[in-house]
Amino acid sequence: MSSHAPERVIDGHKTLTDVTHDVFSPLETRGGGRWWAAFLVALSALLLGVAAVTYQVSTGIGTWGLNRTVGWGFDITNFVFWVGIGHAGTLISAVLLLFRQKWRTSINRAAEAMTLFAVMCAGVFPLIHMGRPWLAHWVFPYPNMRGPLWVNWRSPLLWDVFAIGTYLTISALFWYVGLIPDLATARDRATGLRRRVLGLLALGWNGSARTWSRYEIACTLLAGLATPLVVSVHSVVSSDFATAVIPGWHATLFPPYFVIGAVFSGFAMVLTLMLVARRVMHFEEYITPRHIGAMCKIVVFTGTIVGLAYLTEIFTAWYSASPYEQFVFLNRATGPMAWAFWTMVSCNVIAPQLLWFRKVRTNLRLVFLLSLVINVGMWFERFVIIVSSLSRDFLPSSWSGYTPSAIEVATLIGSFGLFFTAFLLFCRFVPMIAAAEVKTVLVKRRATAHAAPAAHAVHGRAT
Amino acid sequence: MSRRIHVALFDSEDTLFAAAHACRKLGVEILDVRSPYPLHGIDELVGIRRTRLPAVCLTGGVVGLLVALRFQYWTSSFDWPINVGGKPWDSLPAFAPVAFELTVLVAGLATVFGLLLRSGLLPGRAAALHDPRVTDDHFAMHVARVDAAVTDRDMDEMWQATGAVETRCVIVEEDAR
Repeated sequence: MSSHAPERVIDGHKTLTDVTHDVFSPLETRGGGRWWAAFLVALSALLLGVAAVTYQVSTGIGTWGLNRTVGWGFDITNFVFWVGIGHAGTLISAVLLLFRQKWRTSINRAAEAMTLFAVMCAGVFPLIHMGRPWLAHWVFPYPNMRGPLWVNWRSPLLWDVFAIGTYLTISALFWYVGLIPDLATARDRATGLRRRVLGLLALGWNGSARTWSRYEIACTLLAGLATPLVVSVHSVVSSDFATAVIPGWHATLFPPYFVIGAVFSGFAMVLTLMLVARRVMHFEEYITPRHIGAMCKIVVFTGTIVGLAYLTEIFTAWYSASPYEQFVFLNRATGPMAWAFWTMVSCNVIAPQLLWFRKVRTNLRLVFLLSLVINVGMWFERFVIIVSSLSRDFLPSSWSGYTPSAIEVATLIGSFGLFFTAFLLFCRFVPMIAAAEVKTVLVKRRATAHAAPAAHAVHGRAT
Repeated sequence: MSRRIHVALFDSEDTLFAAAHACRKLGVEILDVRSPYPLHGIDELVGIRRTRLPAVCLTGGVVGLLVALRFQYWTSSFDWPINVGGKPWDSLPAFAPVAFELTVLVAGLATVFGLLLRSGLLPGRAAALHDPRVTDDHFAMHVARVDAAVTDRDMDEMWQATGAVETRCVIVEEDAR
């Protein structure tokens, strides 16, 4: 182990009792006025989305602004956006676990929940994009009466099914396994029906050393599996584009470019959520300015790499000597959609550079504002990649424009409604902070670590 | 078979470790330790062997990989071959992503279900706690005397010396952990 002084992860000199109280008592109340206000807004947005999707499914894809040239618009933009958001949760819970970053303990539960909800939001879009979502099971290879006609294993769209499906499953398992000890704590504090339900969910957890021993190994294994998985997911999503011959899509840069963009946007979303949640749920001592600062550093680092990826794309277009590639990039920056391109560049590359300054990183209002700006920027990145490339392909005679219909806008708002409704319910009913993990990083405990077993034995005898 | 065990409760990790060492010295068997968070270094004292979950994980991964590759080959080369863009039937590179995803999926499922089954974590299972505070802020040690020379008095002295906040004797059925 390292020899330097124990790092302070949370504030306020908490004891074990304090942690249990702070994390679990909010779950035993009826929820404050601010929670209800936020919940009703989110639920309204969700209902708007449900109405839009119902209308779209019953009427047809013609209710969208797509046309023969621009076949992917808001739907796939939103899909890629939401999948990307999810990546930060896995990065915090898996990659930072492998790197033994202790500060992750107070944010990993919420970040992982965010991953789950974001992937669910993402899943909605390919489903409704099919036009006939009642035939969605056709994406799975199962013996059928059509041959059996199997799926096309060579299509990245099918890889998506397996990548997103695996990602959702593994994220859900990882999240639930992490939750079991805390569910047991909640169970042991509860009475009546609540106790019965929590007892069922806690699976009879009793904190046995044997179970903890296996549990820790299992979590490390899951983290080891989730790490390459998270890299694979957005690489596969990027292959949806990179394996097509459309100028602006056909680039070997896409997998790393998408993965780093996903981490960037995901951390921005974690910042947005955490900055609000720590205030509303009174977790200021658990999610401290140090946590925010650490995430800001990741944001500025990944944001700079995103900027580098933009430059690399432009360089590659020029160096390829392909007039189509060159035209697409010139068109992105100066054509009819230049406003979207410059929104993307200013939000994703220029704005995050402010985070180099400590003064900015410690100004939480400004960080919150920047996190929103980055969320907007990353949504526009996907919009620019998809729509600007499709609208100007090889034949000028097939060029077209794209304006989203009200139904598409309502569906986008609805996906945010789904995300925030799920997240708000999570804050109310699930311990938002991984209490069992936070208990392992309390300074008081660390300071008197059982470094020398022999000394204890002597001590035990002598007194 | 019923067995009489001692349950001692501690309010800190340090006192629990002190007591664990004292128990070893006294020749008392530590059956189990209950704690609100994982205690590093307790495994050796309780005599917990390293879990074989990594082998379960690896096996799951290998099974997932082989099934995915075999199934993709079978469907696209034998059962119903379809010419996609003139690519060969056995286009291995195109099969890699799905093979990878299934490797991870099966390995992850095997790990989690291995953990749950091996630890007896199942829905509806009663928690078998002697004190509910062990999921909050207390630590419990379950011990049994194996040496008849150790008396109750010895035990009480040991608990007192190490700073147990509460002790009691419990009669448990069969092999209580």
